[in-house]
Amino acid sequence: MPGNPVIKVRGLKTAFGPQVVHDNLDIDVYQGEIIGVVGGSGTGKSVLLRSIIGLLHPVAGSIEVLGKNIIGMSQYELLELAVRWGVLFQHGALFTSLTVAQNIEAPLREHTKMPQQLMDEIASYKLSMVGLPPDAGAKYPAELSGGMIKRAALARSLALDPDILFLDEPTSGLDPIGAAAFDGLIRRLRDALGLTVFLVTHDLDTLHAVCDRIAVLAEKRVIVIGAMDDMLACEHPWVREYFHGPRSRAAGLHKAAGDGPQG
Amino acid sequence: MAAGDERPSFELVMDGDGATVRLAGAWTVETAGPLFQELQLLRLPVRGRLILDGAALSAVDTAGAWLIYRLGREARKNNLAVDLAAMRGPHRALIDEVAANDAPCPVKPPQKLGAIELLEDLGQGTVDLWREGLKFINFVGLVVVTIGRTIMKPQRLRLTSVVYHMEQVGVRAMPIVGLMAFLLGIVIAQQGEFQLRRFGAEVFVVDLVAISILREIAILITAIMLAGRSGSAFTAQIGSMVLNEEIDAMRTLGIDPIETLVLPRLLAIVLMTPLLTFYSDIIGIFGGGLFSWLALDMTPAAFIDRLNAAITTDSFLVGIIKAPFFAAVIALSGCFEGLKVSGGAESVGKQTTRSVVESIFLVIVLDAAFAVFFSAIDM
Repeated sequence: MPGNPVIKVRGLKTAFGPQVVHDNLDIDVYQGEIIGVVGGSGTGKSVLLRSIIGLLHPVAGSIEVLGKNIIGMSQYELLELAVRWGVLFQHGALFTSLTVAQNIEAPLREHTKMPQQLMDEIASYKLSMVGLPPDAGAKYPAELSGGMIKRAALARSLALDPDILFLDEPTSGLDPIGAAAFDGLIRRLRDALGLTVFLVTHDLDTLHAVCDRIAVLAEKRVIVIGAMDDMLACEHPWVREYFHGPRSRAAGLHKAAGDGPQG
Repeated sequence: MAAGDERPSFELVMDGDGATVRLAGAWTVETAGPLFQELQLLRLPVRGRLILDGAALSAVDTAGAWLIYRLGREARKNNLAVDLAAMRGPHRALIDEVAANDAPCPVKPPQKLGAIELLEDLGQGTVDLWREGLKFINFVGLVVVTIGRTIMKPQRLRLTSVVYHMEQVGVRAMPIVGLMAFLLGIVIAQQGEFQLRRFGAEVFVVDLVAISILREIAILITAIMLAGRSGSAFTAQIGSMVLNEEIDAMRTLGIDPIETLVLPRLLAIVLMTPLLTFYSDIIGIFGGGLFSWLALDMTPAAFIDRLNAAITTDSFLVGIIKAPFFAAVIALSGCFEGLKVSGGAESVGKQTTRSVVESIFLVIVLDAAFAVFFSAIDM
């Protein structure tokens, strides 16, 4: 793998009361790659994401992001590090009292000192980058469709030109055409901006289309990590079921691996 | 925010064919603000070509690329030929990326200022107020019809929900309503004593406390507390349900939101308000009596004696009759505003404020109407 890991998780244990979500979980994410995290419902994909960005405090283990251990970091230090990553929440989490353009400007206003004109211009090109029409800038989140909310939220997460982008189910709730366009957008942005992307998803098409590597969460840890071919070759029953099930056929995974559907 | 510690800078070098701008350091979102302002002071040559030399750039992100692109755009406007050949590959790619996305967008919806727009706003506001009034009457009618249907089929009443709201609205309001009534009883007695002493008529403090508390203060303070405590809660609860599409879900499942949400709240508050009023009557008079005892040396026996002479059943009834009406106004406006929530979290806040202001306003208006009515029938 090229370069150093930008995210390095070792021996992570998270628990809510007596319910243990992760136990001794290790994962590395490398500079410039798109990693997809999959797993059944309740295996703690979003919990892992929230632990890495410091919203949840693990019971044990270490989490290094961009070379800094975030466990035991003060709130202030964490805020300073947080400007170097962008997060797209599952439902967008746009601020409802601000317009889309003002949403994109919010982190700029908070963390940098620049004139309003430059902020407006930055909001404009970010909006265009994520494929929204200019007139969306003056709209409030309540006036947008689900797909537009995701794009607007992506634009906001890119506002500070982060090094790492965290995406929580970016294509859930989008139609297949919209989802495919979003997949293309993520790849294009990664190539153009040199981002590292940490992606939590259920969408096999997304995994196939954009991810360089895939990590499967099960049994409270990462049971297998690697490219799509490694997933198809994996013998773990859940992984087999997931990547060889009826839905994976539609995604054209078998053909990709030279293992066409039988019958 | 890309890493890069070198201070960003640029330098304009004029030559025979035009000029070269040498860019250096980290051009990132952190440094874009000052750079933007310095770049605006840059005087470009009037003709020829402009070379943008980025060989010394240590880090560029999209904000930096945007500034470089902008510089080129300005130069092209001045009919200069812009040469980006001396930019490094990845930086060039970023500049191309932002160049492809140069599409100015409006930040805010157009804002209206000026006399005509002000007049338009006033007219719109008046029409909205009228429509709002009609909608409220429509809503009250809907509730009345639902009440009628529930009387025909009493088993449709959500008894559990009614009891739950009776606890929330009534029992849990007792400490704060009691405290308010107690303090007001003391304040009235103290103020009354201060004024009446000048006439040597301190004994009438009892009349003052008893009549004002029974007729007005107890019911008003109860109604205002309920509007702030329960009316607002109704709006926020129902409003969040609207946002979560729960009301739509109820309608599609054939569950009437008026019957399940509004009626139990209305019934609970209408049942509890007279009880709370009676309770604050007692506490308020107790407060007045305590003050009289401690500050005026009026024994409890003398106080009760005077109380008997001062008040009649009518004094008590005037207060208590108003209670269910005020309660109904609070519940109806609380639920009405809750159902009107749309959009996002901000709307819940706005409607909650409206419901509290509206219900306190209506309570006072209704109180004035009752005052006229009771004096007309000599109560």
